[in-house]
Amino acid sequence: MLPSDPLANVLYIDLSKKRSWLERREDLFGKYFGGAGVGIQLLTENCPAGMDPLAPEAPIVLTTGPLDGLFPLASKTVAMFKSPHTGNLGESHAGGRSAVAIRMSGLGAIVITGTNTNPGYLSIEGGKAYFLDATTLWGMTSSVTAGRIIRQNERSAGLRSIMRIGRAGENLVTYADVSTETYRHFGRLGMGHDLGTAENIQPLSALGGLPTRNLQSGRFDSAEAISGEHYAEHYLGRRLACSHCPVACIHIAALREPYQDEAYYYKTTMISYDYEPIYALGSMLGIRNPEQVLSLMDKVEVLGLDAMSSGVCLAWATEAMEKGLVTEQDTGGLQLEFRKVDGYLAGVEAITRRSNEFWRTLGRGVDAAAARYGGADFAMAFGGNEMPGYHTGPAGYLGFMLGARHSHLDNAGYSIDQKELTKGSIPAEQLAQKLMDEERWRQVLSSLSVCFFARGIYTPELTLRALAAAGYSLTAEQLAATADDIYRAKFAFKLANGFDFNKLTIPHRIFETPAVVNGFDEAYMRRAIAFAGDQLASPRAELRQSSTGGQS
Amino acid sequence: MRLSVIDAERCTGCQICMFACTRRLGFAGTGKTAIHIKSVGGMERGLSVVVCRACQDPPCAKVCPEDALVQRKGGGVILNPSKCTGCGLCREACIVSAIFWDDEAQKPIICVHCGYCAKYCPHGVLALEERREEVPDAAK
Repeated sequence: MLPSDPLANVLYIDLSKKRSWLERREDLFGKYFGGAGVGIQLLTENCPAGMDPLAPEAPIVLTTGPLDGLFPLASKTVAMFKSPHTGNLGESHAGGRSAVAIRMSGLGAIVITGTNTNPGYLSIEGGKAYFLDATTLWGMTSSVTAGRIIRQNERSAGLRSIMRIGRAGENLVTYADVSTETYRHFGRLGMGHDLGTAENIQPLSALGGLPTRNLQSGRFDSAEAISGEHYAEHYLGRRLACSHCPVACIHIAALREPYQDEAYYYKTTMISYDYEPIYALGSMLGIRNPEQVLSLMDKVEVLGLDAMSSGVCLAWATEAMEKGLVTEQDTGGLQLEFRKVDGYLAGVEAITRRSNEFWRTLGRGVDAAAARYGGADFAMAFGGNEMPGYHTGPAGYLGFMLGARHSHLDNAGYSIDQKELTKGSIPAEQLAQKLMDEERWRQVLSSLSVCFFARGIYTPELTLRALAAAGYSLTAEQLAATADDIYRAKFAFKLANGFDFNKLTIPHRIFETPAVVNGFDEAYMRRAIAFAGDQLASPRAELRQSSTGGQS
Repeated sequence: MRLSVIDAERCTGCQICMFACTRRLGFAGTGKTAIHIKSVGGMERGLSVVVCRACQDPPCAKVCPEDALVQRKGGGVILNPSKCTGCGLCREACIVSAIFWDDEAQKPIICVHCGYCAKYCPHGVLALEERREEVPDAAK
């Protein structure tokens, strides 16, 4: 790294004691760059194996990387924490202005521990923490309003980043999310949606890869109505970008709705949409009306829930009601039916309120709900995390299971299905190796910390040149070794906290509903999982070294 | 020539102009930028571009007690840093708040209308152009 780069400054914040202090950690930033690489080290240091994720001592680690502020598309903040949703490693990436704001504040990482005695907010400016009272904001109906009030109270408009939770986070729903700049999120795993492109809706449905009505089908007859193209043509109101990114992938729909009680009286809501929430809150629930999907997305946003987990949980609950596993008595009189948005609007509210035993259980995820009420075969979660919208085939599903975050973006298995396995199958072990190679390389991107959308630009060659400008002199081999170290450090944390490859459950539904790539069975999946388990539990010397390639 | 905001409604808030302006001086980040992008009360409402409008009779120069701000041909001012004492009066005189502050040098940062930022704007928000006739001239 560059001499005296403020990147190496770690701000430790103890909310309980209202204390903060700075430490220089050149040892970590010099070796692991930043982002995910430094994040996993700081998490391992501060979160001993077995710690309760909701213990006051359990840390949230936020990191930026050496390329943030220097190069375009280096725009991500990585959050590393122990997930209250899975009880294991939680990692979430968000853009907006967060990464540049943290880096420009003179910090590379923030480690937050402790709990506030009263609702509070934390202001970080010039590398210092200020503890402020937010009692009046607690329980506010919309997390968007809370954001506006904080904006008015704080300085540095345009250069700052505001991260906040909603009522779901206040009430400790385990898949609550954290919003930054209103429309970007630390999603998944209870830190708080993810990236994707809404143009995938129609092609994936045509191929049989769009999870529909709790994956009872891979094709949705109303895919056109909720497609990215339809939204762009009829609703797109504005595009936004993260700091230092020319792509402007954030699509905001303008939804104009009449008030029922007065003529010529409307409200217009600006709602961010992309592939994942359209899948989870659209096709997965069988909702055909694009405006209803937007309304549900807005509700989930305002409550501060993870869109994918919310959609998958409600889809399971609907099927469980159809099959009689869950009754109206359980739901407090609420009838959930595919296609019908009113039930789902009430459902996300009930999850957030934790209104009775059923909704409290569903607020802990679909696996918890299936364990209590049955229906595990159609509880669509992998590694404890509700599935993303890719019913593409074995690589997609293995990707969810083998990825350190149980995210489709860990290793892009869905892409291997579509680009490679449609041409013919490969041995399970070879597929596992491909997934691991891709995930290993992605550790570099998420440590720099570059948006995965820029993976085609940041090739190993260009990455080495960018790193050289940031004061890192490395060979391609050294970069590959560091990527492997980071990858392994994540699995060391997971294994120490009880992750077991052999205990991964596979809902049988994935073998029943025709996908883009078919003809895979549980035995094939288990062989791949066993191979990956062996590789990730053994020292690196025994691992077949792969190159740092791996683009998709 | 002066920098013009062609259409702020096209702005996505990427702030690439801010990085370009800082990079022009050999720095990374946004600490030296003379153009700022911020939301109009939340990202959902859109963005505003805050940059010097190249006044023909600049109020900032009038209040400078050290004559450190010299009128620029084409409008706006050029800072003579050796005369500037960092008093900040110019900042208060600019009603569009387009004079920013260099925390390290303790001196104002003011757009020099070079157009470097406009070259990098991906969405056609900015352009370097001749002063348009319809712009009212405050001096008259």
